[in-house]
Parts: sequence; structure tokens; C-alpha cells
Amino acid sequence: MPVQALTGAELAERLSAGVPASVERWEEEVVWVEPSKVEDVARFLRDDSSLDFQFLNAISAIDFIEYFDVVYHLTSFRLQHTAVIKTRLHGRESLSVPSVYHVWRGADFQEREVWDLMGVDFQGHPNMKRIMLWEGFEGHPLRKDFL
Amino acid sequence: MPIHTEPMTINVGPQHPSTHGVFRLRVTFDGEEILEVEPVFGYLHRGTEKLAEERTYVQIVTLTDRLDYVSSMINNQGYCLAVEKLLGVEPPLRAKWLRTMVAELQRIASHLMGIGFFLQDLGTLGTPLMYGFRTREKILDLFEMLCGARITLTYMRPGGVFSDTPPDFWPALENFMQELPTEIGEIEQLVMENEIVLVRTKGVSPLSPEMAINCSVSGPVLRASGIAWDWRKMEPYDAYEWVDFDVPVGANGDNYDRFWVRMQEIHQSARIIHQCMEHIEPGPVRLDLPLVFRPEPGAEAYGRVEASKGELAFYMLSDGGVSPYRCKIRSPSLINLTVTEHLLVGWKLADMIVTLGSLDINMGEVDR
Repeated sequence: MPVQALTGAELAERLSAGVPASVERWEEEVVWVEPSKVEDVARFLRDDSSLDFQFLNAISAIDFIEYFDVVYHLTSFRLQHTAVIKTRLHGRESLSVPSVYHVWRGADFQEREVWDLMGVDFQGHPNMKRIMLWEGFEGHPLRKDFL
Repeated sequence: MPIHTEPMTINVGPQHPSTHGVFRLRVTFDGEEILEVEPVFGYLHRGTEKLAEERTYVQIVTLTDRLDYVSSMINNQGYCLAVEKLLGVEPPLRAKWLRTMVAELQRIASHLMGIGFFLQDLGTLGTPLMYGFRTREKILDLFEMLCGARITLTYMRPGGVFSDTPPDFWPALENFMQELPTEIGEIEQLVMENEIVLVRTKGVSPLSPEMAINCSVSGPVLRASGIAWDWRKMEPYDAYEWVDFDVPVGANGDNYDRFWVRMQEIHQSARIIHQCMEHIEPGPVRLDLPLVFRPEPGAEAYGRVEASKGELAFYMLSDGGVSPYRCKIRSPSLINLTVTEHLLVGWKLADMIVTLGSLDINMGEVDR
């Protein structure tokens, strides 16, 4: 049986019950969460037995000039469903979001990559340094203003 | 009098032949035992995601060839699926069968290299590697008939494939599929029950299913740890929903299981190719899409395939322009490396090289 994508509305309802004041809004297949609540949301998504998102597929960041989106793609192998969580960081300087390293170890290199190329800092990551480029490199090349 | 000893930090790579590309491991040893490991990469970082932002959707196909360069077909497929999802179109039926078929040929080629280099790292001095290359060469000849290229193929396009097969392709494929079982059989006979292979790989560097999931490991490495998760089954794309195949899983997640799973997957790929050859029917192979197109502003798509190394995904976002606003590549090789430290600490130098080989990474994909 193929995997099912959880709807944003369903996920938002569960998240609001599990982690108070975490949900900002939702779309068809996306839930937007409060940046400061990312780690709590991640832990709830992993540990709640009816959600069971044990597998972190990918962490992506997108530069929209006035703000940055950080996107988490998740999968549950046991319940065979997927989810997309997004969070929005306003501004361009000293951006940071809580790290999910302690929830999913798979975030290790992915968060370092986002920091290296996009300049979003992940608080609580034990080894937050550049991964593709060398220490001392100036700027974050995947940003839209890096030419 | 006791001899004074102290831990020693050694750089393995970035040019070491067993690192499978330009990859560096900073390893601290106590004698032969590994105390600490830090993987260092980025030597092959070409900024593929940035480059994609200033090319048209069709031009980007050429960039995907250069990710996992021993598995270009599957990279093309993952990218084309993501773009098709972004546009909301589906390729013609014949294109779906063709893509499935060539992707499986590519998987065989990639796994043969993975297995060959793994055994090379074990010290088999080239024989199984050359056996693997012999078969891979024939697959590359088939690809050359399809698109003129052998490695950087760019055979697929959003909306189908570049062109239909030439008439002499089918007899050549038929011929290859007849030779394949004998050639794979020779490798299996040589190594599957070889005592040195068994002693050196069984029980070495096991990866538990919990750890594998928590570290986002995918592909044969995940399945070797006993988890039957294959995106070809769980989210069938192209023609995979119409073909019959098994998902081999390992029991212990050790170096032997990772090697064994790849060997079994070659047989399953051959099964899929046979079914494709049987079911494929004449018809168009490509949608009539313009060369330069603009997806809806704000459209986004997460297109993924089960690549030879694991879950390869393209997360595409459009702003209505001729190039993607963002094209994030989820690289299975990079993310599978998350477990390197966990797998290596406590084992010996000689096992380190073998374990790295068993992960089957490709630096083009790790660094992008």
C-alpha cells in the first residue's frame, strides 16, 4: 500500500493538542509552526504513537529575501504516512531556529548544510560549523543576494 | 618498564583510493582501535543547487548527471519526476516503461561498482571488481545506443525520455539479459561463501534498525538493517506499480548484510527489466512540452526516487520563472554518512576501510 500524506488540517489539530501555541496556520498538506517551538513539535511528532514520525527525510531552507522558510519532510515507516512541517524566519541577520539534532540524528549534516549555504543557525546543535565550504569563507552562497 | 603510548590522529584522504572520491576522515586511533571519527567533505562541492537557479528546467537535467555519476539515469528520473509533479503532467506510457527499465539497468551497474569496490577494500585485488566492470561495460554500451553517452547520460527529460530506442537496441538488451545471470553467478560463486569475506564482514559494524531510522539512513544500508522500506514499493513512480519484485532485507545490518542486500537487488532489478521488456508497447515517448516552460508561481514539489544509494529527492519551488526558484537535492550518500562515526568507533583500522566501502557513497552526490 502506498504512503499517504497527512492533511495539514488533521496534523494541525493534533499538534495544537500536543504542543500548545505551536501551530501558526495550515495549508492542504503543510503545517506552519512557530519557529521557537520547532524542537518540541519535532519531539511530539516522533513520540506520539498515532503520528510516529521516526524518519526525517530532509531539512530544506528557502530564501525569500524578506524571510526564510525552513521545511521538514517526515515519514512514518510503521503507519506509512508522510508530513511536511514549515517554519518562517523573518529578516536576514542572525536567523536561528532550535535544532532537531536530539530528536533525529539524521539532522546532523543537514542542519550544518543549511547553516553553511543559507546562514540559518540551529540552536542546540552540538557541532554547528560549515560542512561544504571551509571555515573562514565569507557569506552563505545559496542566499539570493550572493552572486 | 611499561611502554608509554598515546592516541594518534590520522588523516585518511582526501586523496586516499579507498575513500571512493575526494573525502577525508580524521580518525583518532589507540593503536589499531578507532577512538574518534570525523568525516570531512566538500572537496567536490560545485554548488549544483545554486547553478540550478539560473538554468532552465530542461538544462538542469545535465546537472543531475553529475550528482551520483555512476547512477545518472536514476538522478535524471528523480529530477524529471519532480518537475512533472511541479507541472502536474504525466509522461506517456512507453516513456514510463522505458524509464523504469533503464533505471534498473543503471541500478545493476551502480550496485556492481558498489560491490566491486567493497570487495576491493577487503583486499580481493581486483578480480570481483573487474567482473563487475565487465558487466557494467555492457550496460554502458546499451546506454550509448540510447543516447550517445555512457556516463553523463541526460537521457530523460521532463515529460518522458530524449528519444525512442534505436531498432538494434532490443536484440542487444535481449542478449545482455541472457548473459547477465551467468556473469552475476560468477561473482557470487567467487565471493558469497568465501571464508575470508565471511570472517571479515559478518558481525562487523552492525547498524541497528532504530539507529538507522533515527539517522535518516536510506537505501540498501537501511534495508540491510532489516527494514523493508523501498520507495519503489511505498510510493510507486513510473511503471513500478505494474511490476512484481521483492525487497530483500538483511538481518543484522552488518557489513555482510549491506553487501548481500545489493547482490540480491541485482537479481530483483533483472526481474523488473524482464517485465518491462515484456509489457512495453509502441507509442510516444515524450510529452509535447516546450523547451522553456514556466510552472505556476508558488508551485512546489518534492519528487523522490529510490536511487541506488537511497532516497534521492528534489524539492522544487517555482516563482513562475523559466528556472526553479529553489532546487534542493536530498542526497542519500551525504545523509547515509551520518552513521559513519557510530559504525566505526571501537573497530579496527582494517575494518574502517571495509565499512566505508559497505556504505557505498558517491562523492559527487555527497558534495553536490
